[in-house]
Amino acid sequence: MSPAIVAACVRKMHRGDVAHSFLLDLEVELAPGITILFGPSGAGKSTLLDCIAGLTQPEAGRIAIDGEVVFDSEKKVNVAPQHRQIAYVFQSLALFPHMTVEANVAYGLLDAREQARVRVAEILQMFRVEQLRERKPREISGGEKQRVALARSLVTLPRVLLLDEPLTGLDAELKASIIDDLRAWNAAHKIPIFYVTHSREEVDALGERVIALEHGKIVSEGTPREVLDAPRRRRLAQAAGFENLLSGTVMDLGEPDGVMRVRLADSPCEIEVPLGHAAPGDCVRIAIRAGDILLATEAPKALSARNVLEGRIFTLERRGTLVVARVDCGAFFTVHVTPGAERTLELAAGKKVWLVLKTHSCHFVEG
Amino acid sequence: MNIEALLLSIRLALCVSAILFVVGMPVAYWLAYSRWRWKFLLEAVVALPLVLPPTVLGFYMLLAMGPRGPLGKLWHAAFGHGLAFTFAGLVIASVLYSVPFAVQPLIASFETVDRKLLDASAVLGAGRARTFRRVILPLSVPGIITALVLSFAHTLGEFGVVLMVGGNLAGVTRTVSIDIYDRVQSLDYASANRTALLLLVISFAVLSAVYGINRRAGRRAWLPWAAK
Repeated sequence: MSPAIVAACVRKMHRGDVAHSFLLDLEVELAPGITILFGPSGAGKSTLLDCIAGLTQPEAGRIAIDGEVVFDSEKKVNVAPQHRQIAYVFQSLALFPHMTVEANVAYGLLDAREQARVRVAEILQMFRVEQLRERKPREISGGEKQRVALARSLVTLPRVLLLDEPLTGLDAELKASIIDDLRAWNAAHKIPIFYVTHSREEVDALGERVIALEHGKIVSEGTPREVLDAPRRRRLAQAAGFENLLSGTVMDLGEPDGVMRVRLADSPCEIEVPLGHAAPGDCVRIAIRAGDILLATEAPKALSARNVLEGRIFTLERRGTLVVARVDCGAFFTVHVTPGAERTLELAAGKKVWLVLKTHSCHFVEG
Repeated sequence: MNIEALLLSIRLALCVSAILFVVGMPVAYWLAYSRWRWKFLLEAVVALPLVLPPTVLGFYMLLAMGPRGPLGKLWHAAFGHGLAFTFAGLVIASVLYSVPFAVQPLIASFETVDRKLLDASAVLGAGRARTFRRVILPLSVPGIITALVLSFAHTLGEFGVVLMVGGNLAGVTRTVSIDIYDRVQSLDYASANRTALLLLVISFAVLSAVYGINRRAGRRAWLPWAAK
């Protein structure tokens, strides 16, 4: 069996309200296995899936599935969604409310009745929902609905599976178990799975290849680490969970050492960050995770870390098992510490502290 | 009480509901899902009988059905007799008069079907016909019942259009509402009252049924004068 591949080159005006209209303009290729499409809401992720599924029409471009051209604006090809042989699970799942689980799953099958029954029974078992056969969608739980929606899509043996944030709202454990079942199914069928999410957790959990989309354009592509740890765009940095996003001015470049010094805006603070495409005097943005910053109550000495900033705790807030400190060092930083550290260091608002930032925890953000 | 007139009215109402069920469904489907830019014009045409005096509609229908009208000529060529003042003529006029009462509830219920369900159906390989039969239709049952019942009830109670195109021929075009009018004219109030009361009871029963069904289906009853 040759691997199915989706190739899409799409240009489409994404129409939100005036402020949110932008041109979706990109090229993607999907190999068998999970590819994650990651980006903040309103980046054009669902629009791209709709284009691949044929539910909306790009203004220009070309989409091929498994070698068959399903859309080509130049040759005026536009295959109707029902003939594209793809599966698409929406965020809302869109189970037919008037049908039982079994009828829902059998919907896409045109086989003879007996044959369809067998295939439905197999896939219900594979996704562990065979006991719900006779139930209506409103009588089953959220996780069960997601399993049924996957079974309904996959029973038709699609050439590609599109998933639009199908697991939002489930707890991590349930999510993982559904994804395991999906992986098990795909071990046998080896189709490309295009998984859309705005959740950093899901990107981490799913692994494999990530395409990061913002404002209709691909901003980075690679492994989850590569995409999440080196954000190139400010909004993406926020989506990827960088709590600290600071503007500053480049003071000087230390090219031989691969670093540059940045003076943070409206403050005397200067920090050393990895060298980026910038010249002295340029305005840049630096993204730092709250969990990557060390906090000390005495001036630290003899450290490899190059950035030690003196400041005072401004506020301290307990969030579950996390303590979030806002620290005023001239510029404000958000720092995460554990409740244990809070007790041992006797942290409190107004207390004098030192923040320690490794150079490579500071990410240079373009734009 | 004139049983003959009542039976004629019921026969007329049944014919009209049946025809509107068949004709109204595709019209409503098109109006609910088409993205044609001039669609609003057809929507206005469909709603026209709601605001037009029945006599105006009846007048134009009478002209069209007359020996020199287009409909009348066509009918004469096909069946060898005229259309005005016949039961068939009455059915055609009544169908037009009740169009909004069938089509608007259908549009309303088609439109409430979640579009994502239609997308899901398409992606699962179903063409439009299959999507309509398996998804839209079963989810629109209350709207369909409302459409049937309202076109039946509305035809049962019509007066102006019948008077214009049907005249007053016993057993052919004398419906129950015409009969009541006749009796009042001849000062036979007791008889008029019996028929009127019966019509009132039937109408009330029919409307309670519509509201009851829609309540069970969990949505507000649809009536044209409450339309958006």
